[in-house]
Amino acid sequence: MTMDDNQFTFDKITSDLTHHIRINKGFLIWMGFLTVSLMVCLYAYSIQLRTGLGVAGIRDYVTWGMYLANFVFFVAASLIGMLISAVLGLIGMKWLTPITRIAETIAVAFAAVAGLVIVSDMGRPERLVYVFLYGRPQSPILWDVTVITTYLVLSLLLLFLPLIADMAIIHRKVDRLPSWLKPIYKVLSLNFTDNPQQNKIINRAIRTLLILLIPAALSIHTVTSWLFAVTSRAGWDSTVFGPYFVSGAFVAGSAAVIIAMFFFRKNYKLQNYLTDLHFNNMGKVLATVSLVYLYFNINEFLVPGYKLKRADAVHLHELFAGKDTLLFWVVQIGGLILPILFMLFHRFRKPLPIMLISVAVLIAAWFKRYIIVIPTQEHPFLPIQHVPQNFVHYSPTLIETMITIAPFILVLIIITLISKFFPVIPLHETAREKGIEHFKFD
Amino acid sequence: MDDNNTPHSPDESEDQKNSTRRNFLKNLGLAGVGVATGAAALYSGHIFEAKKEVSGDQKVLLTQDGKLVQVDSLEIKALEKTGEELLISQGREGIPGRRWVLVIDLSKCRNARKCISACQDAHQLRPEQYHVNVLQMKDAPGTAPYNMPKHCQHCDNPPCVSVCPVDATYKRPDGIVLIDNDRCIGCRFCMAACPYSARIFNWIEPKDAASHQGKDYNVELNVPQKLGTISKCLFSADRLREGKLPYCVEACPNGVYYFGDENEDAVTNGTTKETVRLSKLLRDNGGYQLMPELGTKPRVYYLPPKNRLFPFEEAGDATPEKA
Repeated sequence: MTMDDNQFTFDKITSDLTHHIRINKGFLIWMGFLTVSLMVCLYAYSIQLRTGLGVAGIRDYVTWGMYLANFVFFVAASLIGMLISAVLGLIGMKWLTPITRIAETIAVAFAAVAGLVIVSDMGRPERLVYVFLYGRPQSPILWDVTVITTYLVLSLLLLFLPLIADMAIIHRKVDRLPSWLKPIYKVLSLNFTDNPQQNKIINRAIRTLLILLIPAALSIHTVTSWLFAVTSRAGWDSTVFGPYFVSGAFVAGSAAVIIAMFFFRKNYKLQNYLTDLHFNNMGKVLATVSLVYLYFNINEFLVPGYKLKRADAVHLHELFAGKDTLLFWVVQIGGLILPILFMLFHRFRKPLPIMLISVAVLIAAWFKRYIIVIPTQEHPFLPIQHVPQNFVHYSPTLIETMITIAPFILVLIIITLISKFFPVIPLHETAREKGIEHFKFD
Repeated sequence: MDDNNTPHSPDESEDQKNSTRRNFLKNLGLAGVGVATGAAALYSGHIFEAKKEVSGDQKVLLTQDGKLVQVDSLEIKALEKTGEELLISQGREGIPGRRWVLVIDLSKCRNARKCISACQDAHQLRPEQYHVNVLQMKDAPGTAPYNMPKHCQHCDNPPCVSVCPVDATYKRPDGIVLIDNDRCIGCRFCMAACPYSARIFNWIEPKDAASHQGKDYNVELNVPQKLGTISKCLFSADRLREGKLPYCVEACPNGVYYFGDENEDAVTNGTTKETVRLSKLLRDNGGYQLMPELGTKPRVYYLPPKNRLFPFEEAGDATPEKA
């Protein structure tokens, strides 16, 4: 740590954690850039709406393409809220406090946008309401809709509850805020006055949410994996798909949190709060979940690779030494094995190196979903014959790529807005942990 | 003034008396007719009432404008369904008492592809869209190649139906798996779930969409095809309703297809129109199903390509996709 704990006063903490809440030039340029990019991508989607899914590269054999890989990635990234806040939080890891809100923000942003991503893959998006009108409970899509909605609501509550105290502090103690923001903070603070009973209620509610969050989070990615595992196709027909997806989700989410931590620390000058210790520990978390993921990867490829049933043999050959071999090995080695090896060393868990490793891991995590979703469909049980070449091999189109990028822009917009107008690091909780109890509210 | 209502004067003539009698008779006649008519009316009313009162069972119904009314159960008449509504409801119910089954004799298929064109013409499909495709198969390096027409297998345990989130694709009691493209949301989970790659999707505007616009949607024909929805082999459910064989079965020049009813244990060859026992045909010729190990329980049987009648020829490939 760069600063001794006793140098923190309540005023200093409040000022440090809220000074970024102002509309400055950098924020406007960044938001302007995101908005324009989003508009361009939405134009691409409007073309798809008018002319149909045919504008994408998906066809009758590879019928699920980048949109679905993207959906799986977004659900995966959202799972980190549960790992950081619930699993690690409930076992009492105190160093997590400054990271919890970052993790929850990422969870909310990715979970909310995941719902939109799946709509971009629908041939008839205007019939989305049919899922609620005519929904049949034996379809895993119904399960997915249910658990993702549940997880999103839980995550939103978990983001909001710790904010109540922070809002109360900000609207009373921070004077330099834009005048239109103050009443919003006042409303969100729900008349919180930091009395013991209020704190008790909030803490109890948070604890309940954290416990509920664990099954909900496990469900969203397990059910998402079942969209594939309930079919009999080689490469999808797997009993370890649930844990395989969940562990992979923790890898993607941890990497996303580390990247976010790095940029918040730098841009919002939070070096005293997000210290080397936090990057070091998050590096250990990422290394651990990567090892678990590696374990499931070995299961997933070694067991069918040993038997080489006919369809599995074709699938594995394409991955190991065939058409998809370059992508497969770059993802497996560059996105999993090498990062694990690097992260064993302390010096690679410093902020900059661990951020760079996380970027590699996150990009690989996206392409890993591509490898899970697409190659399986390129070799179904019966041969693909008498169809145009673009039915045989999937190649994404420009419009499809833009529609795939749009959700990322949306996630960045959501994360930017939440982090800009609320303290990135829990204010009330940090103060309490530094030994500053019960602020006197007038 | 010769009206008989006028009071008679004492000096009225004989003529007038006669006239009065005539009027009396006339009035009597009129009264008779009236009584007869009245009696007839009463009698028919009685019969009507008698008919009406056979049931004392009163039903309480809700009218369209939200009023509760009480109606005798015998007076309740079902509204006749017409147009699209009829097509949808009969398309969901199927043809009672039937269990449709298709038998494909691989020893006779020479890849004439007439089944494909007949099917594509009937179902508004582009050349690269197949409800039935003829595949060139070779099971092992040492075995002979053969042609294999591949339809939807109309599985009795259909994976596509299980995964459909909105009941757009469904299994009928007569064995046919259909798609309601007014319901389909275009998620393509059914395509992912089908191990036979039997399903196709309208990625772009369907062929001749303009000329089919406004037509009643026939779920048993899946025409008009709709952008962003699924299509696949329907066992020509519309033809079966008319008592005819499916389009592909009828179009085959080589006697490959037998189609019929498992309940009757009878299938008819589409080319020779010969009807044979289904069980005997399968038993004598070693009938089998495609990938039965997946547990899908197909309703399509294959007869093995032994003693093939035609040499195997490599077929032309790759029809271009037309926008």
